[in-house]
Amino acid sequence: MTAELGRTPETGTGRPGGSLRPVVTGLGVVTPIGLGTERYWAATLRGDSGIGRITRFDPSGYTSSLAGEITDFDPARLPNRLLPQTDLMTRLALAAAQEALDDAGTDPRTMPDFAAGVVTAASAGGFDFGQRELEALWSKGGAHVSAYQSFAWFYPVNSGQISIRHGMRGPSGALVAEQAGGLDAVAKARRHIRDGTPLMLTGGVDGSLCPWGWLCMTRSGGLTTRTDPRRAYLPFSPDASGYVPGEGGALLVLEDPRAAAERAAPRIYGQIAGCASTFDPRPGSGREPGLRRALRLALDDAGIGPADVDVVFADAMGIPALDAAETQALAAEFGPCGVPVTAPKTMTGRLLAGGASLDLAAALLSLRDQVIPPTVHVDGGDARDALDLVVGGPRPARLRHALVLARGRGGFNSAMVVRGRD
Amino acid sequence: MSKFHDARRVVITGIGVVAPGDVGTKPFWEMLTAGRTATRLISSFDASPFRSRVAAECDFDPAAEGLSQRQVRAWDRTTQFAYVAAKEALADSGVTGEADPLRTGVMAGTACGMTRSLDREYAVVSDEGRLWQVDDAHGVPYLYDYFVPSSMAAEIAWLAKAEGPAGVVSAGCTSGIDVLTHAADLVRDGAADVMVAGASDAAISPITVACFDAIKATTPRNDEPETASRPFDRTRDGFVLGEGAAFFVLEEYAHARRRGARAYAEVAGYAGRCNAYSMTGLRPDGRELAEAVSRALDTARLDPSEVDYVNAHGSATKQNDLHETAAFKRSLGPHAYSVPISSVKSMIGHSLGAICALEVAASALAIEHGVIPPTANLRQPDPDCDLDYVPLVAREAAVSTVVSVASGFGGFQSAVVLTEPGRRQ
Repeated sequence: MTAELGRTPETGTGRPGGSLRPVVTGLGVVTPIGLGTERYWAATLRGDSGIGRITRFDPSGYTSSLAGEITDFDPARLPNRLLPQTDLMTRLALAAAQEALDDAGTDPRTMPDFAAGVVTAASAGGFDFGQRELEALWSKGGAHVSAYQSFAWFYPVNSGQISIRHGMRGPSGALVAEQAGGLDAVAKARRHIRDGTPLMLTGGVDGSLCPWGWLCMTRSGGLTTRTDPRRAYLPFSPDASGYVPGEGGALLVLEDPRAAAERAAPRIYGQIAGCASTFDPRPGSGREPGLRRALRLALDDAGIGPADVDVVFADAMGIPALDAAETQALAAEFGPCGVPVTAPKTMTGRLLAGGASLDLAAALLSLRDQVIPPTVHVDGGDARDALDLVVGGPRPARLRHALVLARGRGGFNSAMVVRGRD
Repeated sequence: MSKFHDARRVVITGIGVVAPGDVGTKPFWEMLTAGRTATRLISSFDASPFRSRVAAECDFDPAAEGLSQRQVRAWDRTTQFAYVAAKEALADSGVTGEADPLRTGVMAGTACGMTRSLDREYAVVSDEGRLWQVDDAHGVPYLYDYFVPSSMAAEIAWLAKAEGPAGVVSAGCTSGIDVLTHAADLVRDGAADVMVAGASDAAISPITVACFDAIKATTPRNDEPETASRPFDRTRDGFVLGEGAAFFVLEEYAHARRRGARAYAEVAGYAGRCNAYSMTGLRPDGRELAEAVSRALDTARLDPSEVDYVNAHGSATKQNDLHETAAFKRSLGPHAYSVPISSVKSMIGHSLGAICALEVAASALAIEHGVIPPTANLRQPDPDCDLDYVPLVAREAAVSTVVSVASGFGGFQSAVVLTEPGRRQ
């Protein structure tokens, strides 16, 4: 079966673009440890932490109180008319979109009609906006609900708003697979490029830090209840107690390599070389979980073997059983300590649909600078026999391929391989 | 522009439906072809404070549909609809036990996810909007499953024993087409041989009704609920909110043939475009929707003149029906004036993300039965909507190629082409 999915011949995909691999020509990043790609990256290499007690509202009535909040975003960066109709996560997404397109040195408005599209990942939509409108409905009545509610909360809101702001009229929409959606959206964008759309903006920016969103998130059963930010989100540690959610994410400009070359794109971070998604069998079925299969299929799709992978950006759930499953999948595929593994999300928290896209951005920056960012707050000690976890500071390395893993609650697994420039 | 190379073709081998009226594909098709409407005054909550109080509700008893007590209590109605529709589609296709779980995937579409449960539970934890700091003590354990609509895809994946790609596609009111075309992409790519795909929405709740009231998108025709949805009619004044689900088994053509499966239709071509104009408004010239239709026909390698039936979005808002009429003229040329076009929203309302999956079901059944469902309530044609909208009465016709379209918030415009299996070379 693996062979069947392997190096797809040019004619085998049924697509005019065959198996061409899009390149990433622009990045836009919004995170709790820095707004903007370079600020985020510098903070990541320093090992900054953006996790703290929630300030957006009083978390004392809830079982969990820590999050990766963005506290330095100035909405005045956006046109005034957009403010009453957007949730914070959409404002952040609009900022990231602008940065990514600027970085790519392109303006879709100057491109031919339908030549650019937007596919984003979402988890729960504009929940903070939604809570305000639910409050208006229930406390004051239906006539007080905003005319913008119908679209300000809905899952593809970021795609819609970005497409309008930048005149992108190609294929667009949103994917939801909880945290795995951040890779699935990029995979879908890749498909649209293979079908003939030269440029796609993709990835995820997400966040639901309002009391109503927070109450829902605490019911996932995955959040740590600890209160010390340094001892809270500790993936691959015997002390793991769950994860810390956050807000933010990353958007990427993907281009047909021929189109990027033609317009002499100012920079190419790397190539989306391979991807795959799987779903776990029902617990208790005795069948193997799908993470290892997703990563193997992604390697096949990229046309590489395990030995070619130079670094893994782990899903790093911070829940002991899920960490063990990931460790096992990695050890089975790469051998014990067979590849450096890192989880810079320990600095930002898990950003819902934005997290995997941010890992993808981090992986591309690692390839650019030939350095692996660290995992913070853990020493990797207890997993040392199985996992070569990058801790204690950034690790310089020769990097050509990075593998990014993401899992969504319920059984979603996604894997993506990015390849750096030669 | 690009055409599909057809190394791997995709056919529909199973259909499952939960629609206003009785549950199931057969009653759905009987209702549509009889031209009967299922729109009525909202019965599931007290809608008296609202401007629009009409809806197309499903008479759905989850226990009678075989759901367990836990599923009845813990699942949102959207998940329940999806599950029941997916189960019917799987049974209809006979694929269970005949496909490799590793090569079977699931894609679910939705516009509103678990809105109904979120609305209800919010009212509890906020003490009806009095508390900004919602009360943890009253939060039910299922809140996270309502928070992320992907929980619905997970339930269907377990039902279908699917271990291939899974997720949710959401693009507002085009979700039902976009989820099918995304699933078809995965089959064409070789990532799966079988995809259980469809869309579900059950968002008839106070917050949804208030949202559409706020922008006057829904009809205020509360005194004539049975005839309130009037696509292409001069007297149309907004859509009727609906609910429902349709799921399909999509299968790689050779895989379906090998096991001797019946195919309703081939998913022959599709395309999506975005108007980049407004989150809710439409450009009157219909250019982006026309582009989606043209490119969808192009990928299917069909000429506009070969289209036998157009299943319209036909939402019955003033703006949409003009926009769409313009788009058909632009994309189909002179053939727009002779091809039958109809809107089933006239009968089952507008179930947001689910509706275009229900419309694809109607399109596939039109091919299967050689009958075109009518546009009900079209008694006073709008002179500016001057095409053949099949008013009031179903029409017998040889249907081998259907274009089904959707247009939605966010500016998304989608088109899919279904053909009689074996029609294309």
